[in-house]
Amino acid sequence: MVLNSIEKLLEKYDNGETTLKEEQRLKEYFTQDEVAPHLESYKMMFQYFNNTKQELYTKDVPLKPRKSYIYQWISVAAVAVLMLGIMVPKILGGEEIVDPLAGLTDEERKVYTETKEALSMLSSNFNDAASSVNTLSLVSTSFNKGAEKASHVSEFGKTTNRLVKKKKTSKNKN
Amino acid sequence: MKHVRRNYKKQNNQLFLTNKPKMTQTDFTKLVLPFKDKVFRLAKRLLVSTEEAEDATQEILMKLWRNKEKIADYKNVEAFSMTMTKNFCLDRLKSKQAQNLKIVHSNYQDNNTSLQKQVENKDSVDWVSKIIEELPEQQKIILQLRDIEEYDFDEIAKVVDMNPTAIRVALSRARKTIREKLTNTHRYGIK
Repeated sequence: MVLNSIEKLLEKYDNGETTLKEEQRLKEYFTQDEVAPHLESYKMMFQYFNNTKQELYTKDVPLKPRKSYIYQWISVAAVAVLMLGIMVPKILGGEEIVDPLAGLTDEERKVYTETKEALSMLSSNFNDAASSVNTLSLVSTSFNKGAEKASHVSEFGKTTNRLVKKKKTSKNKN
Repeated sequence: MKHVRRNYKKQNNQLFLTNKPKMTQTDFTKLVLPFKDKVFRLAKRLLVSTEEAEDATQEILMKLWRNKEKIADYKNVEAFSMTMTKNFCLDRLKSKQAQNLKIVHSNYQDNNTSLQKQVENKDSVDWVSKIIEELPEQQKIILQLRDIEEYDFDEIAKVVDMNPTAIRVALSRARKTIREKLTNTHRYGIK
């Protein structure tokens, strides 16, 4: 009786007309060990279907959150700029700060320092002289003041002379 | 493929209207979990080698992850993923065939293969897989989706882009061929 209905279902199955439920029934039927010998080929098929269904994908998929890499690149750029900022003055400015004595021998250095000392002494003497010149200019200003006062005196002298002259003329008239 | 693309665009437009919360990694795994094995089995059905199927599955899942904002709005992510898998594997096979054509010598024929096959096929369940391997791709996919993944015909129609009657015909053909070959081999095997 069961076999009969199964055979009917199998016919439908072969024609692709079974529903999923009916196919489920067939699968259940063929999981049992004892099957009518003429249905052996169906058993193999359904067994195979059951087996392959148990095959699973077990590998992990590396899922990276899709963040933009802009910030990383910005940091890289910032580091590069910093490095340039440090390196460029070292390379270009290095020549300016080079020790002027670097290329000289010991004797030349001695000469250099001696001349330097001599020159500094000379300059200090110049400074002294300049200060004494300053005192001279002070003297000259006081002379000028004296001269002004003297001119006042001469003015006074002129007016007295005039007075004297007038007296003389009036005496002559009388 | 065109059909899917059209769908894809439609969904994409909807995305601008609805403001969906961002999909996290756990959300994604939850979404993908129910069908990732199906993707793998379909890939293996088409590509045969387990390693290649694993690679393909990984590729598919990564593609889904990259487009996670868009697929979140899909009604049927599974059908979409299966379609993607089908297309991906068929493309793979095409490029592989093109490569093989250059390498294989046409004048060379191995007479021992049939004997070797017979030895290999001792395992009765293995026969079935070997027979399915020889089916045309379309039938393979339909058989896989129906008899192993137990999809209904509407779902299969979405994946293979065929109408249900055509699917039934292909399915019937596949089932009959398998059984025919199986009974033949069986007779030889037992003898």
